[in-house]
Amino acid sequence: MELGEIVSVLLQGAVVTIQIVAMALPLAALMAFVFGLIRLYAPAPFKQLAIVYIEFFRGTSALIQLYWIYFVLPFFGVSIDALTAGVLALGLNIGAYGTEVVRGAIQAVPKGQYEASVALNFSASQRLVYIILPQALVNMIPPFGNLSIELVKATSLVSLITIADLTFKAKSLADMTLQVGEIFGVVLVLYFAIAQCLSLFFRYLEKRLSRGLGRGGVN
Amino acid sequence: MIELTWDWAFVWQVLPMILSAAKVTLLATLLGSLLAVTVGLIFALLRRGPSKLIRIVVYWLMEFIRSTPLLIQIFFLYYVMPEFGISMSPLVTGVIALGVHYGAYLSEVFRSGIEGVDKGQWEASRALNLTTLDTYKDIILPQAIRPMIPATGNYIIAMFKETPQLSAITLLEMLQVAKIIGSENFRYLEPFTLVGVLYLCFSLLAAYSIHHIERRFPKEGFNLR
Repeated sequence: MELGEIVSVLLQGAVVTIQIVAMALPLAALMAFVFGLIRLYAPAPFKQLAIVYIEFFRGTSALIQLYWIYFVLPFFGVSIDALTAGVLALGLNIGAYGTEVVRGAIQAVPKGQYEASVALNFSASQRLVYIILPQALVNMIPPFGNLSIELVKATSLVSLITIADLTFKAKSLADMTLQVGEIFGVVLVLYFAIAQCLSLFFRYLEKRLSRGLGRGGVN
Repeated sequence: MIELTWDWAFVWQVLPMILSAAKVTLLATLLGSLLAVTVGLIFALLRRGPSKLIRIVVYWLMEFIRSTPLLIQIFFLYYVMPEFGISMSPLVTGVIALGVHYGAYLSEVFRSGIEGVDKGQWEASRALNLTTLDTYKDIILPQAIRPMIPATGNYIIAMFKETPQLSAITLLEMLQVAKIIGSENFRYLEPFTLVGVLYLCFSLLAAYSIHHIERRFPKEGFNLR
């Protein structure tokens, strides 16, 4: 097979990989914010629930979670297709790591900011929305960037539940043509390119969000 | 749809098989982490070395290893290396893949640990006419190790949690055994849940012992010999 043909088949897989990332990333961000805030501010039973979620998804491996959702849930009557299972497992897994990012970033906002907003008679929700989160958000961007790259890498696992992503295409193409060197070489480069694009995007976002916050040199 | 209930008899039947597969998982993690520490230290020292070219090459190599999936690296080693005449068993392939992948992560930990040692220590060693090797071995590393322990431990736990990916090259570790049991009996609930619980137990235990090890280390450093 020509190298051009190999690349064009693999690019189809790359599109699926990017689609999965695009679906799992918002889910992960949502989980991270919801459970991060619950972990910090909610009353007792909810807080414990958040801790169980976080510890469970960080303490076991992503592949086991994926298999559990894909193979075990159908027995409970929850019929789930491979794509949904993949997005769900990855989003929940990366989201659990994200909760710690949210928590750390909020706790890193200087205490004087809380005190000043209390002194100015802000309500708890106003305090969070107008004072704390805008500053914490900037702190979250670099670790979220790293997590998004972890997510891209983790998407390769969905090939094991038969989703035709980049890894799946590569594996089946390699089994068919035996041109393993070219195929896996191209795949590595494609994943690297996707990861670098995400990394550039998050660096841009960080610069953009830190405007007007009076940090890091020129504003 | 099958009526699904937790079957303890089935659990006791499959537990021994999964536990004996746990030995393979732990062996891969142990050998992988030894290799990762070695690779990480070499990368970290190369990135502090005198040659600018080597520093740049090592930086991009690490960036590449860290931002491509472990699964693809495993496939690459397992399927492409034989073309160069190097055939390896699944276990050896897995250990090398885990070791190099996490070595790239650990090198950053080691680098920041080494750079965290006070500059005066370097100047004093220079003044005492120690060679670079002796400075690293007797002065810098003994002081750098304690602050590195938590991050290193976290990466080793992360590596442990990636071992199920080795099932993709037919290594009979816990998840692969669970999957085989599941497909033979058409019962996935107990095997997969057991494996998940075992991973959770091992990770929590490991996190606790890392915390313990860190506290046991003397703050002022220690003799490497």
